[in-house]
Amino acid sequence: MSDIPNPYATPLGDLLDRPPAVINVGLEGFSDELRQQDVECVHVDWAPPAGGDPELARLLSKLGS
Amino acid sequence: MSAILNQVRQGFYMDSVALMRLSRTIAGLPGVQEAALMMATPANLEIMDDAGLLDGSAPDTASAAGGDLLIAVRADDLAAAEAAMTAATDELDCPNTLPGEGTAWKPRTIRAAQKSMPDANLALISVPGVFAAAEARKAIRRGMHAMIFSDNVALEEEAELKREARDLGRLVMGPDCGTAIIGGVPLAFANVVPSGSIGIVGASGTGTQEVSCLVAQLGHGISHAIGVGGRDLKSEVGGISTLMAIDALDADPGTEQIVLISKPPPDDVAALVLDRLGQSSKPATVCFLGADALSMPANATQVFTLKDAAHVATGEAPATPAAPDFPAPSGTQVAGFFAGGTLCAEAQVIMRRAGEAVASNAPIPGVPDVDGANQGHRLLDLGDDEFTQGRPHPMIDPGVRDAALIAALGDPDVAVVLIDNVIGYGAHADPAGHLAGVLAAHGGGKAPLVIASVTGTEADPQGRTRQVATLEAAGIAVAPSNADAVEWALRALGRAS
Amino acid sequence: MERIETANTEALRRMLAADPVLVDVVPAADAIPSLKERMILHAGPPIEWDRMCGPMRGAVTGIAVFEGWAPDLETAAELAADGAFEFHPNHHFDTVGPMTGMTTLSQPLMVVENQAFGNRAYCAVNEGLGKVMRFGGNDAEVLDRLRWIRDMLGPAMGKALRSTDGVELKSLVARGLTMGDEMHQRNVACSGLTLRALAAAMAATAEDTRALSTALAFMAGNDQFFLNIAMAMGKAIMDPVRDIDASSVVTAMCRNGTDFGIRVSGTGDTWFTAPVEMPEGLYFPGFTEADANPDMGDSTIVETIGLGGFAMGASPAVAGFVGAGAASDAANFTRTMGEITLGENPEWTIPALDYLGVPTAIDIRLVVETGLVPTINTGIAHREPGVGQVGAGVVRAPMACFTAALRALAEKVGVA
Repeated sequence: MSDIPNPYATPLGDLLDRPPAVINVGLEGFSDELRQQDVECVHVDWAPPAGGDPELARLLSKLGS
Repeated sequence: MSAILNQVRQGFYMDSVALMRLSRTIAGLPGVQEAALMMATPANLEIMDDAGLLDGSAPDTASAAGGDLLIAVRADDLAAAEAAMTAATDELDCPNTLPGEGTAWKPRTIRAAQKSMPDANLALISVPGVFAAAEARKAIRRGMHAMIFSDNVALEEEAELKREARDLGRLVMGPDCGTAIIGGVPLAFANVVPSGSIGIVGASGTGTQEVSCLVAQLGHGISHAIGVGGRDLKSEVGGISTLMAIDALDADPGTEQIVLISKPPPDDVAALVLDRLGQSSKPATVCFLGADALSMPANATQVFTLKDAAHVATGEAPATPAAPDFPAPSGTQVAGFFAGGTLCAEAQVIMRRAGEAVASNAPIPGVPDVDGANQGHRLLDLGDDEFTQGRPHPMIDPGVRDAALIAALGDPDVAVVLIDNVIGYGAHADPAGHLAGVLAAHGGGKAPLVIASVTGTEADPQGRTRQVATLEAAGIAVAPSNADAVEWALRALGRAS
Repeated sequence: MERIETANTEALRRMLAADPVLVDVVPAADAIPSLKERMILHAGPPIEWDRMCGPMRGAVTGIAVFEGWAPDLETAAELAADGAFEFHPNHHFDTVGPMTGMTTLSQPLMVVENQAFGNRAYCAVNEGLGKVMRFGGNDAEVLDRLRWIRDMLGPAMGKALRSTDGVELKSLVARGLTMGDEMHQRNVACSGLTLRALAAAMAATAEDTRALSTALAFMAGNDQFFLNIAMAMGKAIMDPVRDIDASSVVTAMCRNGTDFGIRVSGTGDTWFTAPVEMPEGLYFPGFTEADANPDMGDSTIVETIGLGGFAMGASPAVAGFVGAGAASDAANFTRTMGEITLGENPEWTIPALDYLGVPTAIDIRLVVETGLVPTINTGIAHREPGVGQVGAGVVRAPMACFTAALRALAEKVGVA
């Protein structure tokens, strides 16, 4: 998994050397503000995984979902 | 006795689903027992016959064929049947001409969001703390960097997440990272500052905001401000994100110098971080707010306030503009109400340095907790957990500090009220207006002097000048920085600084 | 988990590599050698007479009369209650059937061969609309039609198919998607395309032009004719995906009017069942929700391969069945199903969604994580035997099937 392609010469270049494209998970206001600034942004309509069931969430994390 | 009406439209085709939807509408009209609009195929005629909808005496009905539309209504009386028939033909003759807006699709997961935006490089996560690390893990495993605004993430979970992120070459900003500016884009609670050559690594959100805004005020700019979260420099985490951020700014051609802002780290982590800064060819400014003097690498300068961090980094000479002529105070104490925790810490540093007796609910080293102190100045961090349980942060809703503020305005022992006014993205739309409203109702007369500073820039949505003007119109003295506001408070008490 | 990712990659590969071809129509006795007298294959997971819903019982008694195992429906019901018939799911015999899904010895079955893997799957011929056995219809008209299919249509189709290389289904479905079919509730285009593919061969192999004309007219008059072909195709595509160690991909979804059942590749032939839900939809005149039977049929194999509710975006008119859903919301159904699937099918694309491939390979982990269950387009049967179809709509797969399967998979891979 450490072979994520990084065409940028510097560490974290793929974060710092290009306009950010943001996936916003949680407070929708952050998405609105990013769009106001013309920043590329997709808002995730998030809900607790497995409906918030801790036992299933634990299984899911072990099964690598 | 019910009335049955049939009408045939020869050679009129309409989609069966559209017809079923229309049938349901007509069947729901007053007095209608049953209604159907169907193409007159043998199978459909049988269904309509079984439903008691066919008028055997109607000649059209008898001759209707599969390519014809049959409208059939059974109602309580003829009037209702006719009204329904009219409604049905009206609907047929006036088809919908406006396409539906449709409901915008929103992905439910990071995975689906990434499918719709394959070049996403940052996940901004503000879900409840118990879920935040899991979401961040999904983001980094999918090749993104993560900024975790959420707090209440277990320390061990943070350390584990950051170790995995480091192995993947992904940066985790946070948890509890309120502020970042990446490539000029303010994220979460941050200000619109000019682009420049100063790179900030901040373990404190409001500290980063204050320094970046002061840099802007001094006519300079920021390359990036990378948040790392308030616990990154704890021994358990070992400064993983801080070190990655320093690596990145060190290599970044747009960054000429590095400013590091944090609470005082433990010795082992401080040594790691300072050693890394020492390897850089770029000058560094280190502000471990509340720490004593430490030995610095040759290229690094230690500063003790946020204001000094901005001045050293910009090379602009520090100065505190003369305070206005304050009237002689009646009380003896300063009461500070801060939305920014780091602004509260900076105020304590200055008070402590001036030899003042000061207490806080978020004390820096050498300052007692307010619960144990019964005199001296009181500087409160109203963004602290004890005030925000189940309530919004004071930067979002300045109203949460109203009660404490109003009490202080009526307290004869209080000479000066100190307050911060933080603006920018994420913050309240007009915190100064809110404060002015409180003062209009409870200030003036024998009430204490109010001194404020505005953390923000002209380009912020709220506009720094407008906020200053609102505060000044309410009789509040507005200092150029938080540190200056504290100095002014001391001068108002007659202390020379 | 690496083991699951590897297994799922293989599962998706097999699904996309499938090459289903309609090659024949043969009597069930020839297709399924282990089929015996008084043995009835039904839709859905296993069920016995005492738990069967009204339409299923109606179909059982009708098919018993059809096969000559009982002189009339009443006697057939008594025999069934006495345990005279052996009931098995179609799925246990490489077969699928719509709604009640009756499969018995003498019925002709369409044969779809997955030529990439060499396996075959079967489904009976669609009986058309109105009162039909798949909705529990069992009167003389229904049985007469079945006899005609057995004696005339089935053999005619078989003969025609054997005279050709068969009908290549992957490309036919691809064209159908661009013509507004989603292959579950709407098969107008694919039914027409199938007729076009078969008509010449049927004419060439026919001995009696009047019988040929009747057969062609029956096919031409049935907008759902292709559904049963799509189902056999779905089964032929999914069977090679079964039993991949640790895979979390759903290999079958089906319902028997009482239970909804799923199978998952990594847990083999185990059925994970839960009470089936009521469809939500539009009703024919004279009928309401009170008349509806809970959802039924093996036709959900179509959703299992990414069609039906998963391909709603190709068929906006069908989205109108869902409550007050606007046709323009159809795309959202498809995109939402993309949340619970591993990939997209590059050959089955939806022009209106910028040629997005249909969402393919349902991952139970994604279903449980997102709380989004498969959306299924379905017909609605009357709850009483013998009445037939009363509406059409949409139903959701019960989450309990997926959580049970997830627990079993966790057990199987040793992380429970």
